[in-house]
Amino acid sequence: MHVPDGFFTVPVSVSAAAVAVAGVTVCLRGARKELDDRTAPMAGLVAAFVFAVQMLNFPVAVGTSGHLLGGALAAILVGPYTGVLCIAVVLLVQALFFADGGLTALGVNIGLLGIVTVLVGYGVFRLVTRFAPRSRAAIGIGSFTAALISVPVSALVFTLLYAVGGTSSIEIGTVATAMVGVHTLIGIGEGLITMVAVSTVLAVRPDLVYGARALARPLLLRRADGSPIPADAERAEPRRRTRPVLIGGVVITLLLAGVVGFYASSSPDGLERVAADTGFDTQAKPHDLADSPLGDYGVKGVENERISVGLAGVIGVTITLLAGGGVAWAARRRTEHRRRAGRSAADA
Amino acid sequence: MGAGHAHGRLYRAGDSIVHRLPPQCKLVAVVAFTLVVVATDRERFPAFAGYAALLIVVAAVAGIRPPFILRRMTVELPFVLFAVALPFLSPGPRVEVLGVWLSVDGLLAGWNILAKATLGVVASILLAATTEPRILLLGAARLRLPQLMVQIAMFMLRYADVIVEEMRRMKVARESRAFAARNLKQVPVIARSAGALFIRSYERGERVHLAMLSRGYTGTFPVIDDISASRWQWGIAGTLPLTALAILAGSLL
Repeated sequence: MHVPDGFFTVPVSVSAAAVAVAGVTVCLRGARKELDDRTAPMAGLVAAFVFAVQMLNFPVAVGTSGHLLGGALAAILVGPYTGVLCIAVVLLVQALFFADGGLTALGVNIGLLGIVTVLVGYGVFRLVTRFAPRSRAAIGIGSFTAALISVPVSALVFTLLYAVGGTSSIEIGTVATAMVGVHTLIGIGEGLITMVAVSTVLAVRPDLVYGARALARPLLLRRADGSPIPADAERAEPRRRTRPVLIGGVVITLLLAGVVGFYASSSPDGLERVAADTGFDTQAKPHDLADSPLGDYGVKGVENERISVGLAGVIGVTITLLAGGGVAWAARRRTEHRRRAGRSAADA
Repeated sequence: MGAGHAHGRLYRAGDSIVHRLPPQCKLVAVVAFTLVVVATDRERFPAFAGYAALLIVVAAVAGIRPPFILRRMTVELPFVLFAVALPFLSPGPRVEVLGVWLSVDGLLAGWNILAKATLGVVASILLAATTEPRILLLGAARLRLPQLMVQIAMFMLRYADVIVEEMRRMKVARESRAFAARNLKQVPVIARSAGALFIRSYERGERVHLAMLSRGYTGTFPVIDDISASRWQWGIAGTLPLTALAILAGSLL
């Protein structure tokens, strides 16, 4: 998956590099919080670990083998910020000292293999472990799902980038099918390895698994006669810090929507192309909402087409986020309500 | 995709003018050169020949032998396969080549990826072969790569061999017990080794950190190499991208 030079056009490479620089800058701050003054040696050794683990080839199907990407694994073991940082350093070192991955494609590679796999992997992991009971099995299942989903999503984002600024005219549908197909297989292997590796570390040194900090039992104080001092239940519950991840994700999505939309070509997409080829688009009526302020992915009243498409992307993402956030918020209120009800019932 | 990573360092000690150039000059020159290559329109065939000639001149001056470069070029193999597949898969008008009907657009797209990726890989190989890794990172730091990034990369470079060796020893241990990864059923064994490798790496990191603290580490590394570049050296390094730019301009006329 290391993209070489010349695979994407210069505008796409440069915008991806800008996104990668922004992402890595955020992660440099976050990693200091995760590792404080040990950041450099610890992240360096974890990066060396990721580098070594990427050499592990595993059989996918007859005659093909994949190698670990390690994004989800690194995020679960050392936290999302350090995870992105480690993978970014691995890619930088591979490009500079091993000529693996193009120098101009470094931004694309960090974006796809670092930021996307870590964000998706860690997001899915948090989602699964939040709604599952706190147990080692849940951590294992979460790790499997996280790695399994992160790989094809990364392939999908690759396809999107290819649609925006690929240098060949092969049908997007074909690319998407091939990429997602192969990478779902690789994802299964990646998921298995991530699950077993995380479980192994959890069995030996549970304190090292960043994603399993919620499993750590709160400190139990005992009196001299051995009877436990009741701890404040509310305080014992560890605070989950999801806000930085959420904000980072939103910023990157907006950047992608705005910047990539800005460079997006206005040539027909796969479906429209098929429609034009087969002639069924002559039967198509304009959508009822085509006259609405955001119709046909542009903002009415903004003359420059590129800025208009970029703006439409940003507005669309904002609306989607607000809708999704509203649903999530409502669901959360309900579970919290239920939990309180359950607790008061237990007290009574 | 399934290529794995090439082992071993690319650096070849030497005393040519390319070796002696400060790292930041070479870094800027190679990135600028690749940008010019990537920006070149795919149908300007003479320009690509010109770029290749430039790289051959640099390799000759640096004393890097062609077999060495050719062996290292295998990293781009997965994408070469993709480029070869393009003429068969792309839509559009077709031409007959050696009795096979191929897409014109696909041929051009395949050529585009093949030519640009190859030129990029060779430029990167020449950079890595003529610059000591530690010095190259110092050069990157001078180009405002954040200190923390540089330090992480330095630790990674220093310990990558140790960790890879540790992984190799675990592999030897597995195989001397008659283990062979044949299908998915064997994946958990490999995964458990990965878990063990992580614990070993992390604990080594903790020991390294303590050892450094006891030797007075304060968060920065003392830099004892003077790698400042003179205007003359920037000029020499600049000839590579500038000549490439001239070739591009010439092909546009």
